[in-house]
Amino acid sequence: MANLKTTIAGLEMKNPVMTASGTFGYGIEFADFINLEDIGGIIVKGTTLKPREGNDYPRMAETASGMLNCVGLQNKGVDYFCEHIYPQIKDINTNMIVNVSGSCPEDYAECAARINELDHIPAIELNISCPNVRQGGMAFGVTCEGAQSVVRAVREVYRKTLIVKLSPNVTSISDIARSVEDAGADAVSLINTLMGMSIDIEKRRPRLSISTGGLSGPAVKPVAVRCVWQVSKAVNIPVIGLGGIMNERDAIEFMLAGASAVEIGTANFVDPAVSVKVANGINDWLDSHGCKSVAEIVGQLNC
Amino acid sequence: MYNLTDMKKYIKDLKVAEVEYPHARYVLLKLTADEPLPEMMPGQFVEVKVENSPSTFLRRPISINYVDRNSNQLWLLVQTVGEGTKALARLQEGDILNVVFPLGNGFSPVCREGEQVLLVGGGVGVAPLLMYGEYLKENGAKPVFLLGARSKADLLELDLFRQIGDVYITTEDASEGEKGFVTQHSVLNREHFDRISTCGPKPMMMAVAKFAKANDIPCEVSLENMMACGLGACLCCVEKTVKGNVCVCKEGPVFNIEELTWQI
Repeated sequence: MANLKTTIAGLEMKNPVMTASGTFGYGIEFADFINLEDIGGIIVKGTTLKPREGNDYPRMAETASGMLNCVGLQNKGVDYFCEHIYPQIKDINTNMIVNVSGSCPEDYAECAARINELDHIPAIELNISCPNVRQGGMAFGVTCEGAQSVVRAVREVYRKTLIVKLSPNVTSISDIARSVEDAGADAVSLINTLMGMSIDIEKRRPRLSISTGGLSGPAVKPVAVRCVWQVSKAVNIPVIGLGGIMNERDAIEFMLAGASAVEIGTANFVDPAVSVKVANGINDWLDSHGCKSVAEIVGQLNC
Repeated sequence: MYNLTDMKKYIKDLKVAEVEYPHARYVLLKLTADEPLPEMMPGQFVEVKVENSPSTFLRRPISINYVDRNSNQLWLLVQTVGEGTKALARLQEGDILNVVFPLGNGFSPVCREGEQVLLVGGGVGVAPLLMYGEYLKENGAKPVFLLGARSKADLLELDLFRQIGDVYITTEDASEGEKGFVTQHSVLNREHFDRISTCGPKPMMMAVAKFAKANDIPCEVSLENMMACGLGACLCCVEKTVKGNVCVCKEGPVFNIEELTWQI
């Protein structure tokens, strides 16, 4: 039995496997399939200061080895989260992390400040990389100045572990990562979805209601691994890797590239029990390769 | 509809016990397990994992056609539309199919002893009405089926429907029953129905909903918006309702038409 314990900027995890925001609801939707406490953390659905209805249907298109979505941050707002959802999830014995989004730095900060008051939420993941909302989201994540403005505003009011989720839809993800590190981020997670498009050629119409959407699934994995590799060399804070992880071998690939932990996203739709399988699979892989802990593989790439 | 949110869900490898091909574009998969199949209610659906189809990444949502407790079988009636469903049609006896189920809410339970419930199905949309019809009959209601298809050959499981209740048919080419669409059938003018449940192509369900509304008959429809997770997590399959956007996979697939914002 290898030691799977992982620490991300003070956040202690029983293993390095978390579930990605927007793919795992609030965790409770999957409680019939796995013991939620067997994974290192659950990053719950993107939460904004005010309720959002999201984009019109259709919001999803299956693509080669993946899917596009343009959900558009549908959620009932941070007040609803605090009053109705938090009581249902606060006693789940793993890291319950809230993904926070907004359309201006003040909104992000106010939302983060509310969540800072919740005892059983040890961290937030700041979403400055959602490609599916016109105002905000990715708009902040594509420039160093924009990213810094949000992270600074949140850092002033948020005292626990602050993870910043980065967009791959940029010229240099390393530059963005360095700027959020400078602004006070404790860790970065990457990648959010890649902006894409799919067209129904018979109808000559985009398959998604807002034409474009975010690509996820195994199709994006090589891009994600490259981003993790570049960013982990550029910053001194921990990197959390995600993008198309389907099994433990994919997870180990990210860890070798420099990820201290990983998030499982779209794979949850294909197998609702996959997150625990990845955690167990990492253990077995470490055992069979004579490694005693995850630390022995993080960033241990021969090149 | 029937709120079944608290019903336990499973992920299981089921074995293909029998495969039937009622028509060139349909396959009926009869699945079984060594242990008794879990409780499932009419109107619910399953998500199946499609193997041997490289272009199929996500599971495919399929409505529950029937649960045969005697033979411990779950029936899935599948229309072969794209690569995923074509791969399902290639399954053979003894193959394994990984299934997440049962998902979603269900059709309404019996409201009143002896109530006459009209079940309107079009194309492969007839699938969940078989289980629902039997459920209504067993629980003291009287199901009446109104089934529509393009042509006689597209009518599915007719003999089974006839064992449960009266069956009225429309075909577009007049090869069976009355010519035209389900909403043009003469039985709608002759008989009184206490409520209507319908499943099929959206234009058909909208026409049925319009008829129901005009005649002040309660009506529920089963939607099949494109889905990813099937569990209410990804928020992809939303339908606009009077309560805002809700997941068809979790709050549905069955909705009372009063909840929807359809312009009918």
